[in-house]
This record gives sequence, C-alpha cells and structure tokens, in this order.
Amino acid sequence: MTSIALTRPMVSRGRFPRIKLSRIFVHASLLFFVALWTFPTVGLLISSIRDKDQLAVSGWWTALTNSTRLTTARVAEASTQVQEDGAWVVKGNLLGPKGGSQTIESFGITNADVRGTPAGASTAMRDGGQIIVQANGDYVWSSPTPFAYTGGPRIYYVVGSPPRFTLDNYKAVLAAEGIGQSFINSLTVAIPATVIPIMIAAFAAYALAWMRFPGRTLTVVVIVGLIVVPLQMSLIPLLRLYNEIAGALGVEAKGYVGVWLAHTAFGLPLAIYLLRNYMAGLPREIMESARMDGANHFKVFTSMVLPLSFPALASFAIFQFLWIWNDLLVALVFLGAQNDKIVLTARLVNLLGTRGDNWELLTAAAFISIVVPLIVFFSLQRYFVRGLLAGSVK
Amino acid sequence: MSHLQIVNLSKRYGAVEVLKDINLDIRSGEFTVFVGPSGCGKSTLLRCIAGLETISDGTLEIDGEVVNERAPSKRGIAMVFQSYALYPHMTVFNNMAYALKLQKFSKDQIKEKVTAVAATLQLTPYLDRLPKALSGGQRQRVAIGRAIVREPKVFLFDEPLSNLDAALRVATRIEIAKLHESMPSTTMIYVTHDQVEAMTLADRIVVLRAGVVEQVGAPMELYNHPGNLFVAGFIGSPAMNMVPCVIEAAGAAPTVRPVGHAPVRVVAAVPADAVGKKGTFGVRPEDLSLTTGAEAIFRGKAELVEHLGELTLLYVDVGNPGQPVIAKLDGNVPIKRGEAIALTAPADRLHVFDDKGLAFPRPA
Amino acid sequence: MFQQILGAITAVVIALVACFAYFWGTNWLLDRFLSSDGASGKDIIRRDRARNRIRPWLFVGPALLFVTVYLIYPVFETLRLSFFDKFGQKFIGFDNYTWAFNDGVFWQSAFNNLGWLVIVPALATSFGLIIAVLADRVWWGNIAKSLIFMPMAISFVGAAIIWKFVYTYRGPGIEQIGVLNAIVTALGFPPQAWITVPYLNSFLLMIILVWIQTGFAMVILSAALRGIPEETLEAARIDGASEFRQFFDIMIPQVWGTIIVVWTTITITVLKVFDIVYAMTNGEFQTQVLANLMYRWMFISGDYGRGSTIAIIIMLAVTPIMIWNIRRVRAEVGTA
Repeated sequence: MTSIALTRPMVSRGRFPRIKLSRIFVHASLLFFVALWTFPTVGLLISSIRDKDQLAVSGWWTALTNSTRLTTARVAEASTQVQEDGAWVVKGNLLGPKGGSQTIESFGITNADVRGTPAGASTAMRDGGQIIVQANGDYVWSSPTPFAYTGGPRIYYVVGSPPRFTLDNYKAVLAAEGIGQSFINSLTVAIPATVIPIMIAAFAAYALAWMRFPGRTLTVVVIVGLIVVPLQMSLIPLLRLYNEIAGALGVEAKGYVGVWLAHTAFGLPLAIYLLRNYMAGLPREIMESARMDGANHFKVFTSMVLPLSFPALASFAIFQFLWIWNDLLVALVFLGAQNDKIVLTARLVNLLGTRGDNWELLTAAAFISIVVPLIVFFSLQRYFVRGLLAGSVK
Repeated sequence: MSHLQIVNLSKRYGAVEVLKDINLDIRSGEFTVFVGPSGCGKSTLLRCIAGLETISDGTLEIDGEVVNERAPSKRGIAMVFQSYALYPHMTVFNNMAYALKLQKFSKDQIKEKVTAVAATLQLTPYLDRLPKALSGGQRQRVAIGRAIVREPKVFLFDEPLSNLDAALRVATRIEIAKLHESMPSTTMIYVTHDQVEAMTLADRIVVLRAGVVEQVGAPMELYNHPGNLFVAGFIGSPAMNMVPCVIEAAGAAPTVRPVGHAPVRVVAAVPADAVGKKGTFGVRPEDLSLTTGAEAIFRGKAELVEHLGELTLLYVDVGNPGQPVIAKLDGNVPIKRGEAIALTAPADRLHVFDDKGLAFPRPA
Repeated sequence: MFQQILGAITAVVIALVACFAYFWGTNWLLDRFLSSDGASGKDIIRRDRARNRIRPWLFVGPALLFVTVYLIYPVFETLRLSFFDKFGQKFIGFDNYTWAFNDGVFWQSAFNNLGWLVIVPALATSFGLIIAVLADRVWWGNIAKSLIFMPMAISFVGAAIIWKFVYTYRGPGIEQIGVLNAIVTALGFPPQAWITVPYLNSFLLMIILVWIQTGFAMVILSAALRGIPEETLEAARIDGASEFRQFFDIMIPQVWGTIIVVWTTITITVLKVFDIVYAMTNGEFQTQVLANLMYRWMFISGDYGRGSTIAIIIMLAVTPIMIWNIRRVRAEVGTA
C-alpha cells in the first residue's frame, strides 16, 4: 500500500505535465478548426428560426439573450385626458396591443435621454406634469393643469424582448418565395439523372475492366481525359444543338429531359472510371470460375459483377445525387429560370438578388436547400468517403 | 472416358513464349500432376486446357476432338482455383448450383445433385451459409464440391492447397486422393510447385521448366531415374548432391572421377564415346552413409550438423567452398563439427549425367 | 406538384427498362444470330470470334454515344466557334483571342483565377493535412472529421449564402449581425462592406471554397496517413526524432504522392469555379473569374465567339493536368 502511494506521485510528476500539455494543444487546435468550420453553418441554422425583427437587429450569437432596441412612441392626444383625484391624466400603453412579452427597461423624453429614467420611475414632461412608464408599457402622465397640446409628445424608450424562435420564416419561403416548388423541381431533376447513368456506366465499366478488345486502352484513356474537361466547353454547342432539335420537333428547348440527359453524360466519365477501378479489383478467378460454369459475359455481369459492385455503385450514386442537387450551371443553362422549373440553387441566387437583406428568408431558404444533402451525407458517409478514395487515390 | 491429347502446343504473350511445343498424352482416369518452379508455365498450361487462355499454336484434343476454340464451359471441364473463387454473394448451395442453373436443370434436379454432393463432402450443415462464414478447409471443400456437381470429364486443380495451413494441407491432400479413387473414370490434372503433393498424389508427374516439359513419368520413376540434371535436382529433398566429374571408363565397368575425389564405379549405360568427357556425378543425400573403409566416395570435414530428431543432416566440406555435400543420416549420429568424415553409397544408387546434363540410363 | 415527382419516377422506370431492354436485347440478339450451337468446325471459330468482337461495343456503346455527343463533339465545336463571330456564322480567325488578350476584364479575371489557383489548393491541402494529423490523435477525431467534412455536401450557392451572412455589413454605430464585422467592431475597428473591397473580397470568396474543399483533402490525406507503416514512425522515434521531425521527415514524404493528387484535384475544381462568384458578387468589385466571365459573354451578351474563346482558354489551363492524369492511368491499365 505505502509503496504504491509513494511511487504514484513521483511518476506523474515526471511525465504527466509534459504529455498533458501537448495533448491539450492537440485537442485545443482541433477544437478550434472544428469550431471554425461549423460556426457559419450553425449561424445559418439559428438565424433561420429566429424572429425576423430580432434577426435584423442582433447577431445570431445573441439569440438566447434578451434583445434590446431603441424605439419611440407618441403618447395619446390631449383630448383623451380625464380628471382623476384633482389632476389631469393621460393614460395608455406605449407598446400598444402587440406589446406581448416585451418589456421597457428605461425611457426619456429625448433620444439622448433614453436611458435616463428606469421603468417605474417618473420624469418631467416639457408640456408640464410628470410621466411614469411601467415595464409593461403602461404610462400615466398627470398634471395639475389641463393638457392643451396638439400631437402627443414622443417618449423614447429602450425595449427588451425575450428570445423568440419561430418557423414562420420557413413557412414564408416555402409558400411565398417558391422554395417549395423549387424543392420539387430539384428532386425532379436529381432522381432520374442519378439513376440513369448508373446502368450505362456499369456496363461500360465492366467491358473496360474485363473484356479484351482492340481500342480498350484508348477508350479508358479518353474517359479519364474527359473527367477533367470543364463543363464550360460543352455549354454553347449543346445549347445550339438543343435549340435545333427543339426547333425541328417544335418543342421547348429547355426541359427536364434535356437536363437529365446532360447530367447523365456529364456524370459518366467519373462513373465509368470509379466503377472500372472497382470492378478491375474484383478477383479474376471468380469471373473465370463463372465462365467455366457456363456464364457468358452478360450473365457474369448481372449475376457476379453487379451484386459484388454494390459499394461502388452506392458511392457513385451519392456523388451524382449531391453533384446534381448542388449544381447551378447545368440547370441554369438547360432548364432556365422559369418559375415552374427553376431548381433550388438557381432560386437561391435569385433570392439573393431580390431579397438580399432579408436574412430570415435567405437563411431559411438556404437551410432547406442543404438539408437534403446533409441527410444523404450523414447517413451514407461511409460510401461517400469510399468513393472519394477510389476516385482519386488510385 | 476422357482422353486428353496435347500436340505441339505453344503459348505466346506477344514475343514471349511461355509454353514451347508441349506434347502430352493424358489417359482417361489418370491423375496427372504438373510440377515445376514458379514461372515454369504449369498454370498457363492448365489454363490453356481449361480454355481460359487461348492456344497460340498446336492442338488440344479431348476424346479425339479438337477443342482449341471451344468455350470453357463446353469442354466438360471443372476447375478448382487456388483462391477457391467462391462467389462471395451466394450461399454454399447457390455456389454449387450456379453451373447447373445455367445449364437449365430443373430445380428438383439441382437440389438433388447438390445435396448429394454436399453430403459426401460433409457440407450439408453449411448449405445456407455465405463463403465468408466458412473456415479455409470448408471453403476448399465447397470449391471441390462445386466442381464435382458438374460431373466433369476432366477435373483441374490449380494449386488448391497453397492457401491452407500445414496440417489442413495434409488432410485435404488425403481427401483429394480419396476423391480420385472414388471417381476412377475422371481424369484429374493437378498443378503444384510442391513436390510432396506431386509425389503423393500423382499417377504421373509432368515436370516443367521454362515452358518446356523436362520429363514425364510415375513418381518413383522420376525419383529413381531422373532424365536430366533439372529433374534430378528438383525431385527429392534435400536436393541431390552434384559434383562435376570426368568420365573415365565405359562399357561393363563404367567409372567416373568426381573432380577432387577418387574414381568411382557406377552402374549406368555409359557409351564408349563419352569417355574422357566432362559430366556430372550425382548422389542423393539419403543414399549416403558414413564409412571408415577405403570405398569412401567423399572425404572431408563436417561443416555443419543439423539434428532434426528423426534424422540428421550432415554438411560435409569436401574442398569445394560453398558447395558442401549433404548426407541424410540417422537421428542419433554422434558427429561434431570439424570432425573428419568419409561418405559412401551403393554403386547402383549413383547417377551420372553427360556434358549436356542428360542422364546415362540406369538399369531399372 | 406530386404529379411532377410521379413524372420523374416514371422517367426513372422508363429509363431503367429501356437500358435493361437494350443490354439484354442486344446480347440476346447477338447470341441468337451468331450462335455457334449447331454450327461446325471453322464456322464455330468464326462465330465465336465475331461475338467476342461485337459484344464489348454493345456494352460500352451507350456510354460512348453519350460522352461523344455531350463532351467530345462539344470540345471541337467550341474550338471551331472560338474562331467565329458573335453568331457563330462568320469566320474571323484569331480576332476573339486578340480581343481577349487586349481586354482589361479578361486579364482581371485571369489574374483572379491565378490567385484562386494558388491560394485555394494551398490552404485546403495544408488545413486538410493538419486536421487529418490532429484528428488521428484524439478520441473524438471521427466526429471532428465528420463535421469538417460536412461542407462537402453543401452546394456552392448554399455556401455562398452562409458566408455572405458571415460577411454581411451594417452601417457604423448599428449593431452588426455579420460575425466578421461583429469581431472587427468588438476589436475597436470600423465595420467594412467586405464584399466591395477589391482583392480582399476575392480572398474572402476563396475562403468559401477552402471551407468546402478542406474536408476533401482531409479525408484523402487521412487515409494516406493511415497507410504509413507504423514501424517507420516507431523507428524514427527510436532514432530520436521529435513529433515535428517525424511529421516533416517521415510522414510527409510518404504521403507526398497523395498530396499532389489532392492538390491537382482541387486545382481542377478551382478552374471551373463559377457558382460562388456568380452568387456572391457576379463578378462585380473586381472579383471576376474566367468561368463567370464566360457565362456572361455567352448568356448575357449572347456572344458565341467570345464565350467559346474563354471556354477554350479554361480548357487549355486544365490540359496539363489532364495529360498527367492520362499518363498515370495509362501506366495502370497497361499493366492490368
């Protein structure tokens, strides 16, 4: 017992502080990065559920404290005065019927004097008499002589309101700003454009991984080259092509089919590359065994390669979905900005232009647009990471 | 009945010739083992037979029919792969049933065949499991079962034991031997680099080196009558001791003189025109024994003594640094390092090879 | 509204059925009409060969068709249009290129792009590396990585809004609701309309992309760091290397290849950056970049020629990376 008690402090005195310092440094710096990276998004989320008046006057980091603002109101007209206990009195409430849970902290009769008198105390008025303002906004202005002013004098006061959270912003953007419609539009674009390329890419990837034919290496090389070709290269010729085809068929050039096909094509090079890498890594002997069992290439593909490639297919699907959901350029060019087709990202940009200072709307709209990717991301992160690794490290 | 004939078969990858003019005749029901060092082309030859590699030149016949261009699944062949190649997403049952399904057997037939084979391989309790839930030995049995179900005419094994641990390897080797016994009309071809597997399993061994067949024969034939230096060195462990020699006499009393040693009488058909030429003198470690007499073939100092329990390996320095003569002796030989040693062997156990490395034939 | 979703799902079903029908059907036709069953001798060989020669193209055919129409043909067409006038009708030689090289806004954009090209990959890669190293040392590392990785899922436009809110500006004397100005005023400086301050504003836009791409760099580098054999670090420790020396002498050299891959991947993203600038400033206040400039010429001014010319210049900028990628993959495929 004693020996343990003796040795323990000696050991910790020798090594503990040094190790702990560097450990603390590691924890602290990582925490710093995490805070830096999450802060902006957290701010967005908090702001989107704040009351819009509070949001307009105070930072989101103060969301949980009372927000105060300076404001002013006129007392009632002289005609409303009554006589009480030998004095002339004007009564009312500065906050009005919508005062709710706001409280007046202090007041004064000039802007400079706004913090001069605490709620519940009294101060002299220029038109004579004393006024008392209560925290709930009730005021009593009494004077020994009758009031004869025209136009109620202003009272300046500091009003505090408790934090208020609301989903009104979401209701507003979903309905009035068309975010709801755009949400549906984005889904309409994303679902088919995610599914269609998978099949096409999977077949091509199998051929490039497991079939021997002249031109195979060249095809792989071309596909890899196309991964980095900027989309900007494709826009003008394709738009002209679409216009010509639409003109020939007498239909509108901008539509969902056009976007689906464009996204499918733009996603294919990466899809083929990812899937080819994955499929090429499947054991050769399994394919050979299946061939000896009598399976032809089509059968090998459907009964062996497709089920075994599920992880790669899933990673690509996530990629493609996120990329389409988050895309602005392709949708802007091929789908346009008509109200019934505009996707979320494009709608957000419009909103930035027209409602640039209505942060309660912008934050709510932005959060609606990122909630789907975030759900996809957090639930399927494993596949997403795997896809990233396969796509770039190999 | 499935007689396999390979005539002048060659396989090239671009300019590289990995199989050169192979001729082989594998009789129906025979267990043939292809053996050789890695890269000798034995697996390529097997894959050519399977149809997984195209044949560049020559013909492959099964039962008198050229099958060079026939799809693997239509050659009546089944193969057990080194990695087993079980379909990871299918249960044991479906693994075994896959080929039958593709051949459009009815469900009942498939079930009947698979359960029967599973029973003989003691796989019945595992039929619903995925391969990843099986042990190495069980996987191996599934791979074999998958091949048996197809009732192939020719059974191919590509190093099937190399992924098993030592104990399991012996057990499975015995099972494969039993399997062959139970399917006497099925031709089996087995590729390995392990000479113990080759010696124990084979009816006939084909020794390959660098894409060329060095020798074909029954296991003991190869052991006792290696046709050339390569086969002599490859079969047997530790390898045969080989010492350069000069051929001194031919005819009824052939004599050779290993360089640095006294002349030795051998029993072999040495032609007269070989006299005076250089050659190689060989003797297997297990044929050497200690002697004190004048008949000693090698004299030298014990360089290293390895007591392995049931036997002792003795490395004798015979004046040729780096190339000691190895003798395999009894377990309890009391020899110390540095001791002077004399070794001898019976004359009919000695091997002589000519200047091209070919053996002078010895009486059977 | 739900009809629209239904329409999308119908499209998915039709597309899947069509794909499957194509692949299954063509393979069936191939096997049926070039079947070697019943044929004999040389005929079998001929038909087998024909099947093996045709089938790969059935598999890659649709994909090739798509990329040809949507990616390969446009490259050549854009190149052609860059030598034509506004309407793509009159050949005008190198006029568009001479215009570009004499245009102030073009040079402004190219200069800005260069800044993006240097700063974003450098910051994102180094932050990613640092965070990957730190996160491997604490028990909550995976949570930290997850949070830092999260911006990868957010669209550039969404990110633009998030950060515009951070940079937002209220006149002096009023309480600031943007974090950046709140900090600045708390430190006693006057608030700034950050977005309008040239060069600083470009940097603030780059921060957005760094914020997004750091997670990517971190994930890839973290995997690479885990691949470093533990023994090499232990050996270095026994040799007396400090943590910092281990990091620079042992870890960095072993993940150098990955760092380059990450760097180039981010570089490609940077060259194509459009959404952030489009949403934040639309190129005002001297923040223009090539991708956005191209969009303006193309879709605001309707000038095919100049739009194409700028696209070609972006393409030329990514070409070295493309060639490098191709070489890398070619070596890989060649051995496979």
